[in-house]
Amino acid sequence: MTNDAPPDPTQTQSRKPASAETFRGESGAVPARPPAEGVIPTDASASERIVLDDLRIRRALMRIAHEIIESTGDQERLYLVAIPNGGVPLGRILAVNLREIGGLEPTLGILDTTLYRDDLASRGIRPRLRLTEMPSSVDDCLVVLVEDVVNTGRTIRAAMDALMDFGRPRSVRVVALVDRGHRELPIKIDYVGKNIPTRPGETVQLRFTGDDESGSMEVVVQAAPPRDVSDGQGGSGKQR
Amino acid sequence: MIGQDLLGIEKLDREQIELILETAERMQEIGTRDVKKVPTLRGRTIVNLFFESSTRTQTSFEIAGKRLAADVVNFSTGASSLSKAESLLDTAKTLDAMDPDVVIVRHRVAGVPQRIADELKAPVINAGDGAHEHPTQALLDMLTVRQEKGRIEGLTVAIIGDIAHSRVARSNIYGFTKLGAEVRVAGPPTLLPVGIESLGVKAFTSLREVLDGADVVMALRIQLERLAGALFPSVREYSAVFGLDRAKLRFARPDAIVMHPGPVNRGVELSNELTDHRPSVILDQVRNGVALRMALLYLIAGRPSALHRE
Repeated sequence: MTNDAPPDPTQTQSRKPASAETFRGESGAVPARPPAEGVIPTDASASERIVLDDLRIRRALMRIAHEIIESTGDQERLYLVAIPNGGVPLGRILAVNLREIGGLEPTLGILDTTLYRDDLASRGIRPRLRLTEMPSSVDDCLVVLVEDVVNTGRTIRAAMDALMDFGRPRSVRVVALVDRGHRELPIKIDYVGKNIPTRPGETVQLRFTGDDESGSMEVVVQAAPPRDVSDGQGGSGKQR
Repeated sequence: MIGQDLLGIEKLDREQIELILETAERMQEIGTRDVKKVPTLRGRTIVNLFFESSTRTQTSFEIAGKRLAADVVNFSTGASSLSKAESLLDTAKTLDAMDPDVVIVRHRVAGVPQRIADELKAPVINAGDGAHEHPTQALLDMLTVRQEKGRIEGLTVAIIGDIAHSRVARSNIYGFTKLGAEVRVAGPPTLLPVGIESLGVKAFTSLREVLDGADVVMALRIQLERLAGALFPSVREYSAVFGLDRAKLRFARPDAIVMHPGPVNRGVELSNELTDHRPSVILDQVRNGVALRMALLYLIAGRPSALHRE
């Protein structure tokens, strides 16, 4: 945290996860959900720990920007593709960093991977769709996918499939603010903010301490919550 | 909504309608890509079961299914045993044995989609049944209004024409009132059902009154062949009293939009000029129809595949 003020309960209340309904396999067994409105989390500190505060997140993004600049040729057209929700604010910060320290002018796109997930059919779930906004084709570009938390690698697989529908990139690299490491697919992360070993049941999320993306960020690890059986999304068959 | 039938707007709640509209807004982006296809419903089978011909709605569902990578099969009158007097339920049972994931039904008799839905394991989407409901048309109309106006709550929507025989009117009345709009209807008294106010709308017989303060003006198609001479004196008279053109549109709000479910009888419900130009948004409605149907197929056609079912 950047300030030393005592925790403000109203602020705790307004905290919202950046990656609600992320890939189940990515952030844990159960999708992260924001607390019900009006409910103040009873004792957040007992079941969760902050592993990256705002300052460390911004430092990591600055270092990653340097690494990207170092490994990018002068003639390359850089295209940052942020994966919602958590990747979007990170992509914006990276774009600013690349401009300020490297004079690069990367294109910034947003790519929702939901329709490319590999568990839609098998689990019969229907997550809410998120924004996709790809300003131009990725043909011949050096694409850098930006994701907040990578775990199984399945979201990155889905993102690569989605990407191919927008052209033929010259190459694709991946930025992850947090790498949890429980990979289930042969996916390699090129630029890592921090490796955070976790147990499979835990969730890791990037969230904002303000009401929107302009506030400060933090990455928290939460212990496995009790399994939510009231989800209803997995229902099958007709209900009349 | 997975695995659930969509037979009418009447049964939906506001939250469900908003989920469908929000999903459709995301689906619109796919229509702007070079490669207009996503793999979401790969391996799923969608059956268009159209007992009443409708090129627009059927094509719209077909394109929607194909953009989601589903296989779309068309069963329509003339091309199948539908014309060999096979009973409705036998057709439904035959279909069910082929294990489709979604069946889309249109029939000229109200209630047929419900009857077929009772028979099938697969979810059924009503693509228009008699004078009952046409839920996907109403949803795409709501999507179009939301995009044009940024909201639906608090708007005034005027529906003009043959209210009595219109499934489009009925579904739109349910939908727009559920989302907090004020709905008004107008038409010749013979085409206004008695007691229509019980659906929460105001009825008018004057164009000027119904248009006063309207944000959205929706003209309905007049079934010329069936109605002229029977329920109103002549097409010319209908057009003079209820046909819309730029001059009459001045009674509505200056920023009002004009909608029509199509196909337009040019010069009857809408003037030629108004059919083709703003503020009419008829082609946007058609375009939105594809995204809206993609959203519905995504939300409904998602039973876990057989391998994963208990």
